[in-house]
This record gives sequence, C-alpha cells and structure tokens, in this order.
Amino acid sequence: MSAAETILEVEALRKYFPVRNVWKRRIGWLRVLDDVSFSVRRGEILGIVGESGCGKSTLGKTLMGIHTASAGRVIFEGHDIAQLKPHQSRRFREHLQYCYQDPGASLDPRWTIRSSLHEPLVVHTTLPEPEREARVREILRAVGLPETHLDLYPHEISGGQQRRVGLARILTLKPSVVILDEPTSGLDVSVQATILNLLLSLREQFGLTYLFISHDLSVVRMICQRVAVMYLGRVVEIGDTEAIFSAPRHPYTQSLLAAIPRIGGPRVTDSFALEGEPPSPTALPSGCRFRTRCPKAQKRCADEDPVLRADWERQEAACHFAT
Amino acid sequence: MASELISVRNLRVSFGSDAGTAKVLDGVDLAIRAGEIRGLVGESGCGKTTLARAILGILPRNSARIESGEIRFGGRDLLTLPESALASEVRGREIVYIPQDPSTAFNPVFTIGTQIDDLMRFKSPLLRGGADDRQGFFNSYPRERRAADRARVLELLRLVQLPNPEAVLRKYPHEVSGGQRQRLMIAMALLPEPKLVIADEPTTALDVTVQAQILKLLKQLARERGVAVLFTTHDLGAAYEICDRITVMYAGQEVEEAPVDGFFERPSHPYTRKLLDSLPSSEAGIRGIAGEIPRLIDPPPGCRFHPRCERATGICRTERPPPEAVDALHSVRCHHRLSATEPAS
Ligand SMILES: Nc1ncnc2c1ncn2[C@@H]1O[C@H](COP(=O)(O)OP(=O)(O)OP(=O)(O)O)[C@@H](O)[C@H]1O
Ligand SMILES: Nc1ncnc2c1ncn2[C@@H]1O[C@H](COP(=O)(O)OP(=O)(O)O)[C@@H](O)[C@H]1O
Ligand code: SF4
Ligand code: SF4
Ligand SMILES: [Mg+2]
Ligand SMILES: [Mg+2]
Repeated sequence: MSAAETILEVEALRKYFPVRNVWKRRIGWLRVLDDVSFSVRRGEILGIVGESGCGKSTLGKTLMGIHTASAGRVIFEGHDIAQLKPHQSRRFREHLQYCYQDPGASLDPRWTIRSSLHEPLVVHTTLPEPEREARVREILRAVGLPETHLDLYPHEISGGQQRRVGLARILTLKPSVVILDEPTSGLDVSVQATILNLLLSLREQFGLTYLFISHDLSVVRMICQRVAVMYLGRVVEIGDTEAIFSAPRHPYTQSLLAAIPRIGGPRVTDSFALEGEPPSPTALPSGCRFRTRCPKAQKRCADEDPVLRADWERQEAACHFAT
Repeated sequence: MASELISVRNLRVSFGSDAGTAKVLDGVDLAIRAGEIRGLVGESGCGKTTLARAILGILPRNSARIESGEIRFGGRDLLTLPESALASEVRGREIVYIPQDPSTAFNPVFTIGTQIDDLMRFKSPLLRGGADDRQGFFNSYPRERRAADRARVLELLRLVQLPNPEAVLRKYPHEVSGGQRQRLMIAMALLPEPKLVIADEPTTALDVTVQAQILKLLKQLARERGVAVLFTTHDLGAAYEICDRITVMYAGQEVEEAPVDGFFERPSHPYTRKLLDSLPSSEAGIRGIAGEIPRLIDPPPGCRFHPRCERATGICRTERPPPEAVDALHSVRCHHRLSATEPAS
C-alpha cells in the first residue's frame, strides 16, 4: 500500500433489510451489504463495479447516511459517521456527497434549475441570497451550462444536461468526496465522453475524490486509479486498475472481464461460459457466495467463506484458490 | 435484390406537437435479407424505435404521420395493407417485436403462463393458413392445438435456458429477474416462427455477463432458425458481437451501411468515424463529438450532419448526399466520404 492519505475508511459495513411476510412479521434478512471493507485515498477515483443488484447503490447510500448502517464503521475525515443520525452527521457529511443514479430523481420537476441549485445552499448554509446566486452561477459555468438555463425546468433540458445540473447541485456545497452512482448510464457515447471529461476537470479544479459506481467496465478502466469488484454484497477483489484488468485473480472478476465485447477481437459470444445469474441476497449460499456459478468451485468453497487476501502486490482477492 | 426479406424505401414519418412538426424519419432506405442479423445504431433520438414501430404498424395514431414511402415485405406494401390483415397475418406472426422496455411487455396482474397462452391462441404457427386464422375475441382454443402449443412453449423455454420452465409459467412477471424476463421475451418472440425479429435495444438494461448470455442466445437462435433480426442499439460493442451488417442512422436518416468488419475497419462516413472515435479506449482517451444533435423540428438542410462536420462544404448545406457504393455491400451517403487509407482523426 502506498503512503497516500486515507480520506474514507469503510470497515465491515453491513446493511441488512428485513424481509417480511404479508402479516408484517420478519421472516428473514436481505443481506445487501455483508462486511464490506475498503479504503479511499485522497484525490483518487475508486471504481465500484459489479452486476445489477450486488449492492453498489446501497453502499453509496449507506455511506451517505441515506440508509443507516446495520453494523460496521465508516471513518470520514477522522470521524466514525456510520451510526450517526442524519442531524448529527450533517456537519461531516456536507463534504461527502452522493450523485443519484437517476438524475431525474434528484431534480424536482416543478422547480427551475435555479431553485434546484439554490436549495442545498439554503438548507446547509446561511449565505445571503446574492452570495448564493453568485456561487450558483460560478458552479453553473464550471459544469458548462449557459446562465440562460437557470430559468428552465428539468424536462426542458436533455439527459446529459440534467446530469450536469445534478453535478452542479452537489458541487455548490464544496464536497471533498463525491459518490457518483452510474454517472453515464443511459447516455450516448458522445454525451458520455463530455460528462466524463467534465468529471475529470472538476476533480482537478475542486480537488475532489470520487467513488465511481458503474457497470461500464471500459469507462472504469479509463478513469479509475483503483477498482473494487462487488459480488452479492461483498467486495471480492480490489486493487490497482491496471493490475485488475491485466491479471484478475478472482474467478468472478475473470468472468466479468471476459464478458466485455472487444471490437476487433474474438467475439465474446463465441466463447463466453459463465452461466446463471446471482442468487437472491435473502438466500446466500453457504461458504463462498460465488460458488453456485463459479467454474473453479470445490468442496472447501461450500464450507468456508473466503476473506480478502493481500497476497499480491497491488491487489487483494477473496477466493480460496486464487493465485 | 431477390433475397431481400424486407425493404424500406424513402420512408418519412413526422410527429406533430405544439412546437411544430418533427421530421423524425426523413427518407430512410433499408433492406434486410432473410436470415441476416442487421444492426441499427445511432444516438438516442435518431429514430431507431420509430423505424421499428413503423415497420410493425404501431406508431402512435394521434401524433405520428407517415408522409411517404413504402415497406415491402412478402410481396406487399405494409404501409397500405389494411390494419386487420396486418394484425392477423404480419404483426406478432411474421414480424415480431422485442421492445426496448421489457417491463411494459408483460401485464403485471397475470401469470407468465396465462400471457403466453393468450399469445399462442392467436399467434401460434399451427394456425398458419388454417380456417380459424382470422382471430376473434371469442375464438375457441381447441384442446389438441392447446396441448401442441404448450409442448412448443416448454421446448422454447428450455431452448432459451430458463431453468425449470413449468415453474416459470406459474410465476408473475415481477417474480423473475431482468435476465430471465429478457430470455422469456426472446422465447415469446420466436414462438410464432417469425421471419423477422425486431429487437429494440434488448440488452441495454442488462449487465455485461447477462448481456453476453443473451446476445449469444439471440445469435444462436437466429442462425439455427434462419430468422432475420433487426437489432437496434447504441452499444457498438454489442453490435460487433452479433451483426452481419450495420446501418448507422443520424437524425432520422440512414448515413452508412456496411458489413460488420468493413464498418469497424473502414468507416466511410465522417459521423461513423466520430462514433467509433468516441468509444473509450486507453490509447485515445475520452473524445466526444463536438456540437449537438439537431432539433428535428427545423433540421439542418442538406446533409443533417453538416453543422458538426469538419469536411462540410457548400453542397453539404443544400443537398442530401445520395447513397454511393464503397464496395459491393458497403454504401455511404456523404459528398466527401473518407477513403479507406485515411488515418484516424
Ligand atoms: N430499501 C430497500 N429495501 C429492501 N431491499 C432493498 C432496498 N434497497 C435496495 N434493496 C435491494 O438490495 C439489493 C441491492 O440493491 P442496489 O440498488 O444497491 O443494487 P446496485 O448494485 O446499485 O444495482 P444496479 O446496478 O441495478 O443499480 C437489491 O436486491 C435490491 O432489491
Ligand atoms: N410519440 C411521440 N411523439 C412525439 N415525438 C416522438 C414520439 N416518439 C418519438 N418521438 C421523437 O422522435 C425522435 C426519435 O425517437 P426514437 O425513434 O424513439 O429514437 P431512438 O429509438 O433512436 O432513440 C425523438 O426526437 C423523439 O423525441
Ligand atoms: S472460493 Fe471457490 S467458489 Fe469462491 S471464487 Fe474461489 S474457487 Fe470459486
Ligand atoms: S455530406 Fe458533407 S457534411 Fe455530410 S458528412 Fe459528408 S462531408 Fe460531412
Ligand atoms: Mg444502483
Ligand atoms: Mg429507442
């Protein structure tokens, strides 16, 4: 591990949701985050990848306090914020911001862009109106939108522009860490490129650290320094982007990378072998949670739950047999 | 060409609204051969779904207008065919649709089995040419045909690798995963033994591992059954995986058509080249396409790409380029097309 300063430390974080029957009795737990641990270094972009439903958004929301953690620690700028109630943690969490997967969801359709951008400042600061307006205009310029957009409503601007407004909203509070949940999903390649370049330049300009949640692996490879791979509520592999993409250790990471179409290369559809889909988080298999789909599974995998091993120079993997 | 299964010629479709008339498809030409997997790629809003719906005759009646064109299929023009014939003989029979949003394809209050029964009652291949072909609401569903249909359904569900098909039929749509729903959609699309499947971004909502499984399945079934597929997507990687040929649309017009290898190796239209350049890659970094997609209410005259094109000259601003052959199977609409030897921009 390099000596870079850790800005966010996550230790054995859990988020369980109760599963209830029709009489509202709890009949089990949905283990959406199950002992997730990793750390984020100041200034880096850490990618979080994994299949739909593996818990990426829940992780982001639990870090933010939108969900209360069931157990574990989240140390942000020196304070454990995992168990704090939202009003207690507001002071710390102002500098930790979450950018929603669906930009439409974070913008109120009845509000103009101006009102949407003023709102966080009204809630979190005591700035007088003229100073708020000045800050809003400055940020709007930074995300590349003309001031004439201030008077428009969300439905009057394109999907790519809505994402810019979503980013602007978050930046008004001068965060140090931003959790970006699928910031480019559903966008066309050309719009996607503009948003990615914007994210990179905002990071320079404001000295930001990003948690970049995505299932687009080619984008993650392009912009993240490190990557955490999640499978069913657990980080199964984490390390330097190049190390992971060139020599994935965990069988799940290997399947994931093997599934990406490579234009000009052999067709993935001619060779892809991973079968089935992840089991439900209410009925996790015993031992290794990947074993129901793992091409390398053995007897031991059903008995023992593998932990992350730091056996490689620049990556860690949770598999009994990874070499 | 004799082997053409469907041929769309000079199709113009517009949508009316308070703001004006949007020319969403403006003189589209597209011909697909029997058994071919054709990719239709382009950015969102370029008209892919509209073209798919025009072929199926399911454009929204109150807002869409077909201004001109023809869609020849099986010796007939689908645009002039009466709705009753379209509904009973073509749509859902010879041409089937896998919509962009699979959640809208199922009715949440009925089990999957009930919905498949309803489909087979009216669209079963056993009906083809038969006496009870014309559907009616009170049509009987004879016992033997029902049993034969059920056997087919189970066979296809097995073919799309749905584990335990009998149990799947008893489930409600929300009780199966996104990947399984997509497999169901493919099975249902193939049940009537169609000649053409229109798959509208069938894997956009899926993860890479499930996407790879679904693409593999679609390709395999199309090959085995000789079904043609019109596969719309904005994911060039997915198109690379399964297509024989690819058509690029820009702002309601097709601009280039090429066999898959020629498409990726020798793009001839400046827009195609920029689309390929904007794929994230470690060598080139992240490059967008400068400028914005035009508004379709007052689109640029001539070549619709000219405001964003570095090669544009006077003629580009006034005349839409005609299709020109790059080679026997590759054609492009551009007044100043790229030559094969030109280096990447
Ligand atoms: N409030 C909640 N109550 C119960 N279950 C939930 C809740 N929020 C999420 N889940 C479940 O937790 C699991 C993980 O969801 P999450 O949204 O974190 O997935 P994700 O990895 O972000 O997926 P995607 O890639 O589709 O966005 C899913 O099974 C989901 O249904
Ligand atoms: N029902 C409709 N009413 C008005 N405009 C529509 C309608 N459906 C589509 N459009 C417009 O037609 C254009 C093409 O849309 P669509 O065919 O859905 O594109 P794609 O599938 O390529 O993303 C867009 O500008 C869209 O806004
Ligand atoms: S521990 Fe066993 S089942 Fe799990 S990934 Fe490793 S080999 Fe596969
Ligand atoms: S016709 Fe002209 S404007 Fe259009 S793509 Fe070709 S060079 Fe560019
Ligand atoms: Mg999510
Ligand atoms: Mg569409």
